[in-house]
Amino acid sequence: MSQALLNSITVFVLAAFLGIELISRVPALLHTPLMSGTNAIHGIVLVGAMLIAGSADSTLEQALAFVAVVFATVNVVGGFLVTDRMLEMFKRRPDQQEEHE
Amino acid sequence: MILAVSQTTINLAYLAAGVCLIVGIKRLSSPSTARSGNVVAAVGMVIAVVFTLLSPEIDSYWLIVAGVAVGTVVGVASARMVKMTAMPQMVALFNGVGGGAAALIAAAEFHRLSPGSGHVLPEHMGAMLFSALIGSISFSGSMVAFGKLQELLPGRPLVFAGQQVVNGALFAALLGVGVLAGATEAGVWMVVLLAGALLFGVLLVLPIGGADMPVVISLLNAFTGLAAASTGFVLENTALIIGGTLVGASGTLLTILMGRAMNRSLANVLFGAFGAPAAVGAAATADGEAKSYREISAEDAAVMLAYADRVVVVPGYGLAVAQAQHGVRELADFLERRGVDVKYAIHPVAGRMPGHMNVLLAEANVPYPQLYDMEDVNPEFPRTDVALVIGANDVTNPAAREDPESPLYGMPILNVDASANVVVLKRSMSPGFAGIDNDLFYRPNTAMLFGDAKDSVDRLVAAVKAA
Repeated sequence: MSQALLNSITVFVLAAFLGIELISRVPALLHTPLMSGTNAIHGIVLVGAMLIAGSADSTLEQALAFVAVVFATVNVVGGFLVTDRMLEMFKRRPDQQEEHE
Repeated sequence: MILAVSQTTINLAYLAAGVCLIVGIKRLSSPSTARSGNVVAAVGMVIAVVFTLLSPEIDSYWLIVAGVAVGTVVGVASARMVKMTAMPQMVALFNGVGGGAAALIAAAEFHRLSPGSGHVLPEHMGAMLFSALIGSISFSGSMVAFGKLQELLPGRPLVFAGQQVVNGALFAALLGVGVLAGATEAGVWMVVLLAGALLFGVLLVLPIGGADMPVVISLLNAFTGLAAASTGFVLENTALIIGGTLVGASGTLLTILMGRAMNRSLANVLFGAFGAPAAVGAAATADGEAKSYREISAEDAAVMLAYADRVVVVPGYGLAVAQAQHGVRELADFLERRGVDVKYAIHPVAGRMPGHMNVLLAEANVPYPQLYDMEDVNPEFPRTDVALVIGANDVTNPAAREDPESPLYGMPILNVDASANVVVLKRSMSPGFAGIDNDLFYRPNTAMLFGDAKDSVDRLVAAVKAA
């Protein structure tokens, strides 16, 4: 096994445990925003799409990479904005008393 | 290359980005910090993207700039214009394109690395095939989910005889095609794999009823995360592995939590064909005898509410569609002014997604302390004078508790039928999203107030003011 693969597997396994640990006590009211937020986070494929688009040689690769960049950008930008719009709704009314934050 | 930046610097930046994503998810899981969590995650994303641009591997920028420009315009426009009620299908759409991107990256890398000479590392080949397969399934599955929620496709399950056998055979065939693609490194097999996976995604989601869609979207969200992580193995990129795996793992857990809220296992959701046509037909024609229900006028209902001590409002998707949440709050305000105790009962899957209803009521400035979870409010119903059910259906169906034959049997419900009186605001007698008739409507203590939820609520407000 190459060192690169071993490193990748290490990161993968630790991130998998962390992902489960992070949300194990989330209240039901945040399920939708959380799904939407993590949805935006897997838009990180944009990084991969950019690397491919920046080094594509053939027309086919360029076409595939271009669509991948568009798709991934929609995922990232749309995902974060929609999540923010949802969470904005949780703002309290100014005339309401402050509650425990 | 804009600047000379070493790979070490980029990897350190990826580490910082990964930390931001982790802190972001952590903050997203608590109400008071959620909004800042989303911002922190977005900052992490910006760090990852900016340092990727500085990578020595990139020798041309025009495709990236053009793609990001187009994607930003589309993403901003759709996120800004979507109504709060249409949020679930928007999430499905964004999830689908993410999966599509992962599959396309895999296809492009396959084309670049595989001239048929067999010098592709097996781990790279395996990860590419995995990304292509899972990414495509996530793409087409999400599109079908979007179509169902947007009502472009019928919301009820589309089933045909032997469907599960066909799906099983197709999946086995896809694994075979994957092996062939890996062994021969021939582009044609990659194309067959992508096309077959797209078809599989469609067939996987078509038989799933609208009511189960949130669970499916959450599952496909986890799929896209894994596909993204897998492209990280192909490109040996830590940022991709961290981001993708976090979503893959947390998405899987979230899917299980949602399934648990509906008392349905994942296998049951995927293969159970919730509200299958046979069951619906049986319920609708119930021994050929028309069941009778009682209709009530807005004025009578308003009097009942105005002179009650305890009222529980049970909001559902119908309320959201009619944009009646502001009217409901107004109604609650008037009732409270008269000394009526008003609570809101929120079923874990009210609306189209867990937590969707909380978002919609928060939009209408309904104070938090009035929102009650199912477990907390169910013991209250026997002491409740009027349960006001607005556009909710399946989550109040007593058949889920009483009728082992019902497809809903076992799903935890709000026991509104235990209240002294139930007033159901509903457009007509048509069955709910799952396509199942609701016994509640035929109970002696239930009265139906027909009409658009917003109109009905406005009439109630006017009548309560007069009462």
